[in-house]
Amino acid sequence: MEYIIIIISAIFVNNILLAQFLGVCPFIGVSSKVETSIGMAGAVTFVMVIATIVTYLLQKYVLDAFGIAFMQTITFILVIASLVQLVEIILKKVSPALYQALGIFLPLITTNCAVLGVAILAVQKDYNLLGSVVFAISNAIGFGLALVIFAGLREHLDMVNIPKGMKGVPIAFIVAGLLALAFMGFAGIV
Amino acid sequence: MSQWKNFSKGFFKENAVFVLFLGLCPTLGVTTSAMNGLGMGLATTFVLVMSNLVVSIVKSQIPDKVRIPSFIVIIASFVTMVELVMQAYVPALFDQLGLFIPLIVVNCIVLGRAEAFASKNTVFSSIIDGLGMGLGFAMALTILGGVREILGSGSIFGFKFIHGDGMLVFVLAPGAFIVLGYLIVLINKINKKTA
Repeated sequence: MEYIIIIISAIFVNNILLAQFLGVCPFIGVSSKVETSIGMAGAVTFVMVIATIVTYLLQKYVLDAFGIAFMQTITFILVIASLVQLVEIILKKVSPALYQALGIFLPLITTNCAVLGVAILAVQKDYNLLGSVVFAISNAIGFGLALVIFAGLREHLDMVNIPKGMKGVPIAFIVAGLLALAFMGFAGIV
Repeated sequence: MSQWKNFSKGFFKENAVFVLFLGLCPTLGVTTSAMNGLGMGLATTFVLVMSNLVVSIVKSQIPDKVRIPSFIVIIASFVTMVELVMQAYVPALFDQLGLFIPLIVVNCIVLGRAEAFASKNTVFSSIIDGLGMGLGFAMALTILGGVREILGSGSIFGFKFIHGDGMLVFVLAPGAFIVLGYLIVLINKINKKTA
């Protein structure tokens, strides 16, 4: 039951993109086509889950154990940066097809605050290992969901007749606001 | 480029938020009030100036291949400092900004300026660049926070000028996106006029 609440809360109620504003840069930058945003969502899911597991173990057995919790930010970002590199190298060898699909998105993920944000949040919320994994997966799904819905909206926006000054990014923000408004309707289920 | 131009480009022509669309997560996440926006902006400015300074000093020592990880470590050190100092001296603001303080590390502006400017220019112009970009970012956050606070809770910097609540939606998540969208249109218009 506890895990179901984590899942629903992370995907709908506290959607990482639309309610917590983590990972907005790729949301605005990458999400102009449905296909690329599915690729991005896949890459983020992959890195987010692995990063959360690694940072959870590091926090528990290194940072807390030696009383150096203030090193959290530096450690976590280094873990994520090297993880992204590692994933890139491994994917290239093991699954060239997947690498082709995710390739260009992987380096971008280092500076995606959603990954670091979820890693820190999982520690702050004091989940156990399984809870952290569930939390990371559901946040990744929430991220992907918002990204894909938004990409679908933006594909249609290109063909809409709107004032010249509003074209491109400004209208994207306003549509994102309306989407966030729609997601607010989920508030109160948990 | 003169130092004045170098400083002032961060405000309008190359404003990080309104023109380059960098660092959007803290921009949207913390600007529920003008004060929060200003606090976040100044914290980012400090990190930006200090990391620009250090990067421009050590730029010739760092091998090209490990340049990005080294920059990230430099930035992360200053973010940790800001985190500890804010926790000690302004705990209320620290609680409000919460998660977004450690997230300055992944703010694309900071790494972007280190990579695009400080790693190629002199120490003095890097400091000026960091200061200009940072203050431009702080200005954008304060404006966005101000507009949301006025519309959402009918106050500015905590001074209330109406009775009761404002339009609450502007303080909540959707308001952030909508206000920023309209502000970008406005800034584009101003930039076009002056160009």
